[in-house]
Amino acid sequence: MFDIKNYTEAYTLPEALEALRADEDAIVVCGGTDVLIRMREGKDAGKSLVSVRNIPELQGVRRLKNGDIEIGAAQTFRRLTADPVIRKYIPMLGEAVDTVGGPQTRAAGTIGGNICNGATSADSAATLLTLNAQVILAGEGGTRAVPIGEFYTGPGSTVRERTEVCTGFRIKRSDYDGFAGHYTKYGKRSAMEIATLGCAVRVKLSADKASFKEVRLAYAVAAPTPVRCPKAEAVLKNRRIDDDAAAQQFALTALTEVNPRSSWRASREFRMQLIRELALRTLKEAVEKARV
Amino acid sequence: MLKVIRMKVNGSLKELAVDERESLLNTLRTRLGLTSVKMGCEVGECGACTVLVDGEAVDSCIYLTVWADGKSVLTVEGLKKNTGELSRIQQIFVDEAAVQCGFCTPGLIMSAVEIVGEKKSYTRDELRRKISGHLCRCTGYENILNAMERVVKEVSDKEIPV
Repeated sequence: MFDIKNYTEAYTLPEALEALRADEDAIVVCGGTDVLIRMREGKDAGKSLVSVRNIPELQGVRRLKNGDIEIGAAQTFRRLTADPVIRKYIPMLGEAVDTVGGPQTRAAGTIGGNICNGATSADSAATLLTLNAQVILAGEGGTRAVPIGEFYTGPGSTVRERTEVCTGFRIKRSDYDGFAGHYTKYGKRSAMEIATLGCAVRVKLSADKASFKEVRLAYAVAAPTPVRCPKAEAVLKNRRIDDDAAAQQFALTALTEVNPRSSWRASREFRMQLIRELALRTLKEAVEKARV
Repeated sequence: MLKVIRMKVNGSLKELAVDERESLLNTLRTRLGLTSVKMGCEVGECGACTVLVDGEAVDSCIYLTVWADGKSVLTVEGLKKNTGELSRIQQIFVDEAAVQCGFCTPGLIMSAVEIVGEKKSYTRDELRRKISGHLCRCTGYENILNAMERVVKEVSDKEIPV
């Protein structure tokens, strides 16, 4: 039996927001793969749960008329990977969330939870950063859209108020159209693993596919929060894709934009080495995908 | 607080009063006596408690029972034939000596059922990835993979109870 004070199953957004306001011990639960474990470990023991898993607004993936893509927060990793819109337009995101835990975890865990728990190791976070995703938050005063680059405030903390519900993510067409990308998850095991380091690279090539029009780089576990590396990105703008010196400069510049820590999984020094090496390897993979 | 839920368990409709705080693992084991569902790590890592909810394998230890309201749950008990004999998937696990202590076996069998339901063929490496949510401390996985390969090749989704 979990140590839950009160349990509320919300079927509409107003119901969920009301339940969160009414009980100051209430927190949001969706897939349960983080929240229930934290409860069992005592970290969130005695809290009340407001389940948002049955709220229609939080489901599914939609491509709007203008080409923007909206992803419901309650979308499980497995459904995201299998989703036809994601497979067609942003396959990298489906691949990235397919590295989370194991099949059973991916059947239950959701992208909303992955981002809202604030972990720097979230496998969807680096990719969403390279997509300039907006986090949609519903609260008492209405809805606000927060760029994911401004969403994280520290380890395990975000700008989301306790009484707000993340309903999903919006990705502008201009942020995915024409790009290809790759996510590399580095860990000691190839499954049931939390990333020691995650690296996401998205590239947009010139028409002749010989040079970079735009490059985006983001990391998981390279800083207290998932982090984007704009200075490194700028290094490769308009450079040729076979310019090895520029690629090396790109990876070296990334090192100036990160701040990893030593943990039982890896030392800071090892993570710095991974940050440099994975930038190169992931860039190469992204270029190969872009050239297909 | 108790809540009345309706769920189909191994093909038959159950109406149950359950505590909102209980896991599906606990409900299946203690209220329904379905002890094939094993209590292992209780944090969603070992896969011993794996059951199918609407055909999808989930760790029942981190799944609240109230979430299964209106859904269909399948455990190993639901696989046996009317004659009481083992299903083909179970028999293949026996024949391939994919079972030693047996604690991980029911969970692995349920993942095998899910995989058969996908009606696709998989390479050994893909199967390795598909069973990566299960820990087995006895077999070293080789015999389990031998069994999984045979299951995918030989068992049709029509043999699986819904």
